[in-house]
Amino acid sequence: MDFFLQLLVNGICIGFLYGISAMGFVMIFKSSSVVNFAHGELLAAGAFLFLALVTWANLPVPAAFLLTLAGTFILGFVIERLFLRPLIGEPLIEVVMLTIGLASILKGAMLLIWGGNLHNYPDFLPEGLGLHFGAVSIPPVYTTSILISILFLLLFGLFFKFSSQGIYMRSVADNQTAALSLGVHVKKVFALSWAIAALVAGMSGIVLGIINGINVHELSAIGLKVFPVVILGGLDSIGGAIIGGLIIGLLETFTGGYISTSLRDVIPYIALVVILLIRPYGLFGLVEIERV
Amino acid sequence: MRDLKFHPCGNYRESYREELTVFETDFGRLWMALGLAVLFGVVPWTTSPYMLYVINTIGIMAIAAIGLNILIGSTGLISLGHGAFFGVGAYAAGVLASSWNVPIYLAVPAAGIITALTGMIFGIPSGRLKGLYLAIATLAGQFIIEYVLVHWEDVTQGTMGITLPDPSILGVSLRGDRPFFFVIFIVLAAMTWMAVNIMRTRFGRAFVAIRDNDRAAEGMGIPVFPYKLLSFGISSFYAGIAGAIWAFYMISITAEPFTMMMSVEFIAMVIIGGLGSISGSILGAVFITMLNETLRWVTDILMNAGGLAGLELTLAPLRELAFGLAIVLFILFEPKGLAEIWRVVRSSFRLWPFSY
Repeated sequence: MDFFLQLLVNGICIGFLYGISAMGFVMIFKSSSVVNFAHGELLAAGAFLFLALVTWANLPVPAAFLLTLAGTFILGFVIERLFLRPLIGEPLIEVVMLTIGLASILKGAMLLIWGGNLHNYPDFLPEGLGLHFGAVSIPPVYTTSILISILFLLLFGLFFKFSSQGIYMRSVADNQTAALSLGVHVKKVFALSWAIAALVAGMSGIVLGIINGINVHELSAIGLKVFPVVILGGLDSIGGAIIGGLIIGLLETFTGGYISTSLRDVIPYIALVVILLIRPYGLFGLVEIERV
Repeated sequence: MRDLKFHPCGNYRESYREELTVFETDFGRLWMALGLAVLFGVVPWTTSPYMLYVINTIGIMAIAAIGLNILIGSTGLISLGHGAFFGVGAYAAGVLASSWNVPIYLAVPAAGIITALTGMIFGIPSGRLKGLYLAIATLAGQFIIEYVLVHWEDVTQGTMGITLPDPSILGVSLRGDRPFFFVIFIVLAAMTWMAVNIMRTRFGRAFVAIRDNDRAAEGMGIPVFPYKLLSFGISSFYAGIAGAIWAFYMISITAEPFTMMMSVEFIAMVIIGGLGSISGSILGAVFITMLNETLRWVTDILMNAGGLAGLELTLAPLRELAFGLAIVLFILFEPKGLAEIWRVVRSSFRLWPFSY
């Protein structure tokens, strides 16, 4: 029973992280319908920027955190400006391939600078954050990361609900043509949504880095694991991303705990194919109606 | 003998038959005959073994790229699992040749058919999904096949890999680069011929109709789902043939190379070569393979230059970087690929000096 409970807790924690990692992806897809295959690399970019600021520049942790967020924000903006803007209106395969190429570039650059080894942040979390319920324990990294994530979720919820930029972004996501005709600067919204998505990705990268250590290959693999998560939740629903993340996280930990550890990494993709066959637009996604 | 045909200065086709011709002029026929003569008569006898190895790799990759181009370029279905299908072909040939002693000339087509069936299984989601969702479904297929190749140990021997016996045709042993050059390029020529002719028949026209508008195609009486499955089947057949030849050429295989990266390389070949163009796929295969080899060469030189040795400069990151850059630059500046550049160069010669 304890084993079950521990798995349940781990699954929820990991699932929550997947959900958070998927948030940036959903944000980009929702506003500009670009599928971002470079999402894992954006996660890694945030994690490594933070590492560089903390260890090389010896900045205090909060300052480094804020600077990382600013850096990833600019990175997202630049990526949209240089690579994605010329492709507005081009066929899907080109956009997909462009983000794959982008992923290669970012990954190659990071491998050149930091190499493929595992890096770790210096320990800066207080021990008191760890929680224990009988035999079940939650290590401090999980509680911290979940706290950070919930904070960001709240912030973004408020941003989308009340700020004018947030409302513009929602309007573009809802109906691009209508938004255009009402005077929303759609290109600006695309740029902003890439910037914000990169920021969110950077934040999730740091959180993942605190938990597992930072490694380019692992983080880019998580970037691909975002796909089962978002398909489960529906590609255009941020709340769905969190729920999809939880389901995938639980599925993974239970498969790993009870069946076999090697199946663990494939089970999300098997679930993905099954879901696509039963409900092609995910559990919470919008069903597209096509007309000739 | 009928009159020789030269390049007209406009489109003067009058019948559907003329539209379907493979060679626009007799010069095309002549150049192709010359090209084939040089390819088989000169190239294998004059190049160094290393160059021959590179050329053979290009040939194998070109076979798979042509297959993927039928799927992506002509039918408009995106597959991110072509590298895994290539692996299925390699393993099918490996198992057939090592466990049942099937000779190469039977093992390669059999591997093609097995891969085609596998591809059709993973093509089933295309009945309901398209575009992005299909791309993600095939991505899942890639990971599932990779897992099966490593963990189905009774058949694939897991991480141990399979060692293939020496292939021979009619008692002639095929070992080394030169005999394989002939195997690879005869197959490539046959497969190219097949692809050109598939695109000229009703199948090819149905594929193009589905790509341009699948609902309109359905309305015109094309059964969309069977044709989509057929397209998956044909494209994986090509991948399987290429993988099988690759397995015989490499002698021993493991599941290591058949990753997502390989699938991405195949898509890069198709995009850089030119979507929907068969000659483009071959050009794309040449480009990507040469890019890989050049990068290897450059890093070797940098490593040997001494001063840089301390930097732990390794091949993988540089390759990754240059590869990504090539894809991005091509998509941004020449989305129609090398085939389009080739066409522009050719027509500027043809139309000179009155290029308007």
